Amino acid sequence: MSRAELLNATVSGPEDAQAVVFVHGFGCGQHMWRHVAPAFADRYRVVLLDLPGSGDADPTSYDPDRHGSLAGYRDDLAALLRELDLRSVVLVGHSVAAMIGVLLQTAHPDLVERLVLVAPSARYLDDGGYVGGFSERDIDDLLDLMSRNHLGWQDPLAGLVAGDGDPDARAEVERSFCRTRPEVAAEFAAVTFRGDNRADLGRVSVPALVLQAREDVIAPMSAGLFVRDAIPGARLEIIETRGHCPHLTAPAETAAAIERFLSATAS
Amino acid sequence: MTDSPGLFDLAPCGYAVLSRDGLVLRANAELGRLVARAPADLVATTRFASLLSVGGRIFLETHLLPMLEHDGAVREVAVDLVRPDGARVPVLLNADVAEHEGAPVLLVVVLEARDRHRYEQDLLDATRSAEQARAESASLANTLQQTLIPPAPPRIPHLRIASAYRPAGDGSMVGGDFYDVFQVGAQEWTVVLGDVSGKGVSAASVTSFVRYTTRALALDHPDPSDLLRHLDRAMHVHGTEHYCTLVVVRLTRAGGRWELEVALAGHPPALLRSPDGRVAELGRPGNPVGLVDRPVFVTVRHTLGAETVTLYTDGITEARATAGLYGEQRLHALLAGLPHDPRSIVEQVAQDALSYQDGVAADDIALVSFAAG
Repeated sequence: MSRAELLNATVSGPEDAQAVVFVHGFGCGQHMWRHVAPAFADRYRVVLLDLPGSGDADPTSYDPDRHGSLAGYRDDLAALLRELDLRSVVLVGHSVAAMIGVLLQTAHPDLVERLVLVAPSARYLDDGGYVGGFSERDIDDLLDLMSRNHLGWQDPLAGLVAGDGDPDARAEVERSFCRTRPEVAAEFAAVTFRGDNRADLGRVSVPALVLQAREDVIAPMSAGLFVRDAIPGARLEIIETRGHCPHLTAPAETAAAIERFLSATAS
Repeated sequence: MTDSPGLFDLAPCGYAVLSRDGLVLRANAELGRLVARAPADLVATTRFASLLSVGGRIFLETHLLPMLEHDGAVREVAVDLVRPDGARVPVLLNADVAEHEGAPVLLVVVLEARDRHRYEQDLLDATRSAEQARAESASLANTLQQTLIPPAPPRIPHLRIASAYRPAGDGSMVGGDFYDVFQVGAQEWTVVLGDVSGKGVSAASVTSFVRYTTRALALDHPDPSDLLRHLDRAMHVHGTEHYCTLVVVRLTRAGGRWELEVALAGHPPALLRSPDGRVAELGRPGNPVGLVDRPVFVTVRHTLGAETVTLYTDGITEARATAGLYGEQRLHALLAGLPHDPRSIVEQVAQDALSYQDGVAADDIALVSFAAG
C-alpha cells in the first residue's frame, strides 16, 4: 500500500500550483478542513490526509512505538510528500499538527517553505513560569474520559463479520465522525498533551503565521504569543471566535487570514 | 401542551439550552441540583464547558463540538460535572443542534450515571486485569519457549549452522516445535528438529521430555533409526497422548568430510540444495514416535559435499493463505533461488512463510540449516 493510501491522502487543484498541505490535529480527521480547504483548491494544489490512527487512515499505518513521539508523525509526512513528489509546500497544521509541521520544517527545510500554525501550543502542561494551561492530573482525567468514550468506534473486524452490506453496521461507522481506535486515541492524547516543543520553535527557518482564536481553552492566547515570539519573524493574527477550532467556527475568517499570509509571503 | 417553562424546569434530567458558542441561556432545576448551583446563577454567566472537569473540556473542544458541527448531534457521552466544592458527578450527555427564534442553539441533556459509572469502572478494571493476565501468560509462554529452544546452535568446527524459530500467533501459546544441536563424541554431533502434536503446557512438557530423552539416547545409540526406536518406546512408557515427528541427523567428521546419517519419524525429509540451485530430498519416510505399535524407521547415509542441508517443520509447508497451502513446491522453488548460505536460508524461508500468512504464523515455524565450511 502506498503512503498516500495508508494516510487516506487526497490531492486536488491545478497540478503546477503551489502545494498547501492541511494537517488535522488531535481529535478528528481531515474533514475538519472541509469549510476551509475548498477555498484554496482553485489556485493551489491542496493536499488533505488523515494522520496514522485517525479518521480513515489505514489501521496498519499506526505503530505504537514509532508514534510514541511526534517525530513518528513527522517522518510519515516527510515520506508522504516525497512520494507525492512535493517540495516547498505550505504546511497548515491545527493544534498538535502545528508542532508536527514545525518538526517537519526544521528536519526537512526543502519540504516546507511556509508554515501556518492554527491554534498552536508548544507545551500544554504548566512548567515553572510557563503557563500551558494544564496539569498532569488534567491529562490523566482526559485519558480516563477517552477510555470511557469510544464515540461509535468499532473494530473493523466487527464490520467484516456483519458484512459490508449490513446497513446498520455501515451507518454506525459513518456516524462516528471523530472515531479513533480507543488505544490509539489514548496514546495520541498522551503524546499531544505531554509533549514539549518549545525548544524546536527557534529552529524554524521559514515565514510562519500563528492563527489564534480570541478565546481558546486548549491553546490560550499566552500559548499563541509564546509560539509567535519563539519563531524568528513569525506573525500572529487573532480570529474573533471562541473555541479551539477556528476552521470550524470561523472558516471564512480563517481562510482569509491564510490567504493574506500566502499573498504577503509569495515569492 | 405548549412549551411550558414549568415542564422544562420539571424535566427529570439536567437540561440546558446553550448559545452556539456554549453560553448557558436556560438551565433547569435538575441541572442546578447536579452541579450544586442555583439555575438562575448559571444563566448568561456560565459556559457549559466550565461545569465539566478539565479533561472533559478538552474532550468537548477536540471531539464533541466538531461532531456536533458535523452531525448536529452527539449521544451517550460519559463526562463528569464538577461542583463548586470539587466533587464530581458522572453523567451521560446527549446534545443536539437546534434553531430557536431564528438563532442556532445547542440543547444539552445530562443524566446522572453514578451506578452505571461504577459498573463501567468495574468493567474497565476487569478488562485491564484480563489484559494484564494475558500479558503475564504470554510472558510465561515465552519463558517456557526459551527453555525449549537453544538461543543459537553451538559453534562446530568445519560446519556453518544456523537456525530460526517463529512462534505461532502472538507468541502467547506454547507450541511444540523444537530443535537441538549437541556433541556426542570427539568428532560427532547430533542435530534434531521436531514437532510435538498439540499446543499448550502439556505439549511443552512432552517437548521437553523428547528433547532430553533424545540427548540421553544419542550417546549410546549412534544410528538415528535405532535412537528413534528407543525414543518411541520411551514415549509409550511415558503414557502421553501427544506424539512427535522428528528428523534426526548424526554428523561424523572423518577424512576431512562430514558423513551424515539421517532418519525420519513422520517428518518431512531434509532438503539438500546444491550450489547450482538444485534441490533434493534426503531421508526415507518413517512413523511418528509415540503413535503406532510397530513403527518403522530407516537410516539413510550421505557424504556432505558442497550442498546445504535444511531441516524444517510443517509450520512452513502448511502455512495457509487465501491462495491455499504454502506447500513443498513453493519451499523448493524459494530454496533454489536463495544464496548458498545457511544463515540466509533460515532467515529468508522463515520470513517468506510469515509474509505468506500476512505476518501471523498459524503454527510454529522451526528451521535448521547447515553446510560444510
